[in-house]
Amino acid sequence: MILVRRRAGGLPAGPARAAQARGRELTTADRVFQWVAGVAATLPLGALAFIAVVLVVYAFPAILYADTSFFTSTHFSLGNLYGSTLSSHNGVTAPAGAAYGAVVFIVGTLTTSVIAIVLAVPISVGGVLMLSEWLPPRLQGLLSTFVELLAGIPSVVFGIWGLTVFGPFLALHIFPALTSIGAVIPFFKGPVGFGQGLLTASLVLAIMIVPIVASTTRELVKRVPVLAHEGALALGMNRYETVRVVTLPYIRSGIIAATLLGWGRALGETLAVLLILGNIGYLPHNLYLGTSTLAAQIADTLDSAFTDPTQMAVRALAELAVLLLLISLATNFCGRLVVRRISSEALPVGRGV
Amino acid sequence: MLRNFRSAVFWTLCAIALLVIVTPAIAIIVSVVAKAIPVLRPTLLTNVTGAPIPGLQDAMIGSAVLLLGVLVVAGPIGILGGIYIAEMAPVRLGRVLRFFSEVLAGVPSIVIGFVGYVALVNALHWHFSLLAGILALSALIVPYITKTTEVSMNQVPRTLREAALAVGLSRVTAIRKVLLPPALPGIVSGLVLAMAISTGETAPLLFTAGYGSGAFHFSLFNQQITYLTGAAFFDVQLPDAASQGQASAAAAILILWILLLIFAGRLITARSRRMVARLDV
Repeated sequence: MILVRRRAGGLPAGPARAAQARGRELTTADRVFQWVAGVAATLPLGALAFIAVVLVVYAFPAILYADTSFFTSTHFSLGNLYGSTLSSHNGVTAPAGAAYGAVVFIVGTLTTSVIAIVLAVPISVGGVLMLSEWLPPRLQGLLSTFVELLAGIPSVVFGIWGLTVFGPFLALHIFPALTSIGAVIPFFKGPVGFGQGLLTASLVLAIMIVPIVASTTRELVKRVPVLAHEGALALGMNRYETVRVVTLPYIRSGIIAATLLGWGRALGETLAVLLILGNIGYLPHNLYLGTSTLAAQIADTLDSAFTDPTQMAVRALAELAVLLLLISLATNFCGRLVVRRISSEALPVGRGV
Repeated sequence: MLRNFRSAVFWTLCAIALLVIVTPAIAIIVSVVAKAIPVLRPTLLTNVTGAPIPGLQDAMIGSAVLLLGVLVVAGPIGILGGIYIAEMAPVRLGRVLRFFSEVLAGVPSIVIGFVGYVALVNALHWHFSLLAGILALSALIVPYITKTTEVSMNQVPRTLREAALAVGLSRVTAIRKVLLPPALPGIVSGLVLAMAISTGETAPLLFTAGYGSGAFHFSLFNQQITYLTGAAFFDVQLPDAASQGQASAAAAILILWILLLIFAGRLITARSRRMVARLDV
């Protein structure tokens, strides 16, 4: 057993860095390379700023037009795109009948993603603990293979699977059993439909974000101090108690971070959700009905929004995109700042790499 | 007694959790491939999506060209950025750049696609085009490449860095001749994974590359293109059996391609581990 984990590599030691900072010992090639690489490293920050500025500027007229109804109304309509009458609010004109209330999409986004993350976190943590505590090291690679696989499967394939295989299976075998909970929690009441609704979408989302939480947990479990772990066993604790007393407290803040990142991912997922939920602009009254999310509404409506001669429809979708961007930036910022103390290397990027 | 009971309950739940992670991955692959087997036929490779006997030739070419474009654009940017953060940036600046690169990867892909539509397709009048698609996809992929490059560079032992500088190599030469070779397999396996994710994306493409069927014409601007994820997405929503078959075939091709890439990535990673282990003195 390796008691001391060597931290190889890292940044160059003091003197080299100091020399570099003073700009000595750098050849022309060094300077050019450093400059080019520096620009490359700054591009993501630039792209992020570009995305935010373009969206907000583009959406601004729609923000004026929709006003507070954006957060209070469940009615989203592009209005009469082919008529000649216009309606106007706050000095902004849109086709007659246009209304941009986003409540349905906000509720749909939050419900699907919260259910998904609540299911995905215990499953990922439990699965990784099982693997790291009980299975031989040779099998440990197995999990990373499955995690990579789940991270790599295209979301459209998740959507097709959820639509044609998983949803019908749930509606036939699982959901009827769940309706009995409906006596206590009304949202579980039937009819269960064909499995193309809120709960199916949430379950598929949960599977999709398992890689994010699982890969973080795996990295963190590897870093649990071996001496503390062995000490707990030496005190006579069994493996469950060791996990509870040593491992879980050590990885807790990392899991919170991964939860936020996974949540952010689930919020923004588009195609799988769109295929499974359909894009139905109503609040569902049970867990088996279709509804819509911010991302699904953008993807599904943009085509018809192009035909709006006032362009206000596309701007209204931009307002949805601004909200989606804000929520996902918030989850990402919080998630990555929570673990600044631990090495951020443990946190995965994007879909869980 | 109670202790053992608690322990047993906990580990049973964990075992179920592990099963719940592994089962869907297998179920998805098996069901997608099983659905596609009856519709796999040679015309898939020779006919285009809009043809009377539809195939996926144009979609496969489109996906390949997009992937190549992403490699050309995002590859150098990601690798250079990763090297800069790992080797050259002052500690605090490196931390900030890494942070924003990772946040960019967390931006929903539909938002990136939407901005691509507003800025490239609409404002710059590129129309739905290959280049707009490549740029939107690249914005999504760069952070993955940056991260894997940085991690690979950090795995190279510090002694090597010190030795290279001690014998008087310039920074560029030290990176190129000493540090990059052992990091290369790790960087390549990161690229391979980025390729897998890039091939599977749809949302950023729908409103930048558009989606049109018909034979593939190479043009950076003004020309909608066809790609596998788009074919799967649009065909599965059509009711007729032929379209459903097309969607299944496209999904199966995507899954097999991604399995292949993940397998290749594994091989390269194993090799890189051996290489770094040999260097660790």
